Amino acid sequence: MIAKAFTGSRRYWSWVTFLLVLAATGFACYLVQFNQGLTVTGMSRDVSWGLYIGQLTFLVGVAASAVMLVLPYYLHNVKAFGRITILGEFLAVAAIIMCLLFVFVDLGKPMRLLNMILYPTPNSILFWDMVVLSGYLLLNIVIGWTMLEAEYKTVAPPSWVKVLIYISIPWAVSIHTVTAFLYAGLPGRHYWLTAIMAARFLASAFASGPALLILLCFVIRRFSKFDPGQEAINKLAAIVTYAMIISVFFIGLEFFTAFYSQVPAHGMDTLLYLFTGLDGHGKLVPLMWLFVILAFIALILLINPRTRTREKTLMVACGAVFVSMWLEKGIGLVIGGFIPNAFNQVTEYSPTPLEMLITLGIWAIGALILTFLYKIAVTVKEEIL
Amino acid sequence: MDTSRREFLKLGGACALGLALLPAVKGFAAGTGSPQHLASPKALQGKRWGLVIDMKKCWPRYQEGCRRCFDTCRREHNIPVIDNSKEEIKWIWPEPFANAFPDQEHEFIPADVKDNPFIVLCNHCDNPPCVRVCPTKATFKRPDGIVMIDYHRCIGCRYCMAACPYGARSFNFRDPRPYIKETNPAYPTREKGVVEKCTLCVERIDTGLPPACVEACPAGALAFGDLEDPASPVRQLLKTRYTLQRKPELGTHPSVYYIV
Repeated sequence: MIAKAFTGSRRYWSWVTFLLVLAATGFACYLVQFNQGLTVTGMSRDVSWGLYIGQLTFLVGVAASAVMLVLPYYLHNVKAFGRITILGEFLAVAAIIMCLLFVFVDLGKPMRLLNMILYPTPNSILFWDMVVLSGYLLLNIVIGWTMLEAEYKTVAPPSWVKVLIYISIPWAVSIHTVTAFLYAGLPGRHYWLTAIMAARFLASAFASGPALLILLCFVIRRFSKFDPGQEAINKLAAIVTYAMIISVFFIGLEFFTAFYSQVPAHGMDTLLYLFTGLDGHGKLVPLMWLFVILAFIALILLINPRTRTREKTLMVACGAVFVSMWLEKGIGLVIGGFIPNAFNQVTEYSPTPLEMLITLGIWAIGALILTFLYKIAVTVKEEIL
Repeated sequence: MDTSRREFLKLGGACALGLALLPAVKGFAAGTGSPQHLASPKALQGKRWGLVIDMKKCWPRYQEGCRRCFDTCRREHNIPVIDNSKEEIKWIWPEPFANAFPDQEHEFIPADVKDNPFIVLCNHCDNPPCVRVCPTKATFKRPDGIVMIDYHRCIGCRYCMAACPYGARSFNFRDPRPYIKETNPAYPTREKGVVEKCTLCVERIDTGLPPACVEACPAGALAFGDLEDPASPVRQLLKTRYTLQRKPELGTHPSVYYIV
């Protein structure tokens, strides 16, 4: 089946080349970082995690969203998702690989990565994050590939896959819960010290991941003979709608606790920094208001059934969901947690061009993996049509 | 060479098994006759080392320009001087009251407290969040309460920096060696990519000496001793004077106390 990724139209190959160029640029930039250290990034002793860990956090959510196809199909017999569960599983594979790459480029001593395995530390949430992420990667590769191979050979999938599929459902929840625990368990990081962190993460994951899946379905429908099916897209859109409403609601809860209690230590300072600026610093204010605007546009377009079912408006809504959740989680949440710092002072962060190119390079690698996997899956599906 | 898939898998399996057995083999190897670390007979013995810092004693000297605790520490531990506040390496340094005790600040704090610096350093918490989060056990707590970092195991993930509520940890964003003015050959330098912080001078405690900052202070503002020993100088001070800890509400149980 792998061979199917190596035959394609000119347009396919120009897209692949484009991604390869971006990935190569990112890799070259990484070599500079590897040589000079993380000083080439915008991170500091006060904001010690930045764009890289932000992307990890956001993409874990994208990966977890595969469960939004698998769960309805296998537990509730929603037949419409049967055709596209593979798209969710392969999206998870690409997203997790990106997550692992983002962890890797963030390390000060990447060559010592294996220390995490050589000296396993069960009290560290990062250790568990590694365990659940690699487990989820493995599950989705095995499940996705086996199911597709069975489809290709027009035979019934082996019965053990079903067991793995059932395991993968709670596992998807676990990857985002554990990732939320990375943040939610730290004393002194008030913005992160919230019991609904994992719930927020899951809600935003189930909004942003399926939103991306809808957009990908439209791309597939446009560029191939395989149609993911209008019913599946409509059902996904309903999932995105609910998840987006819950996400925005959860973020509202944080605002209430912070501003009604007026306890500065309950995240009020960070929220002020993010949305109004604090002590004259407000680099993230425009981005956070962009998040607010996009979230509202998304909600209006999604809640209204007419705009939710029309292809053009649904695409705008999904784009708005994806970008707004990326801003909220991948940027605001991670960076905001470090501001103000342990001394109640504001040190701002903005990524350097090099850091952005490395980030872009990893996104390109993810897109490349996704392109290959989707190419294989779609070609198989076209052949059995 | 003709390698079939079966053979490749066999080989792979053997490798995986080897990796899985490695820790056990290492454990056995360590138990049989390999050289043991011998502690110096002069080493100070304590159950939980701590400091009591009397800022009232410090300030008159500080105003005269005394920076001996900072300077001694920097020389002793090869701390680089990096002229960029975002990448500074700090083991022991001054902070205004509002920064060191953000939760205890109010608008009517006496001017001398408000305007004078407080000496801050790693608190060597009894319940250290940095140790809890480290994914490789590179940061660990010794039986005598000192929180340490193994520079050779640290992978530079900086999770400990996110976890430390005292901003006591610094990351080597770049190679620190060009920024060390005069290298002390008795103490290791660090590489880029690892986290470092105050070690309460374990290298001195283990050879019978108090921490360098304590010894260097001409005003005797820093008292060092075992917090578990009622007869120790720190416990004597804690018994007779009212003291502050930084952010005690976080449950980290800092081992550094302040007299204002």
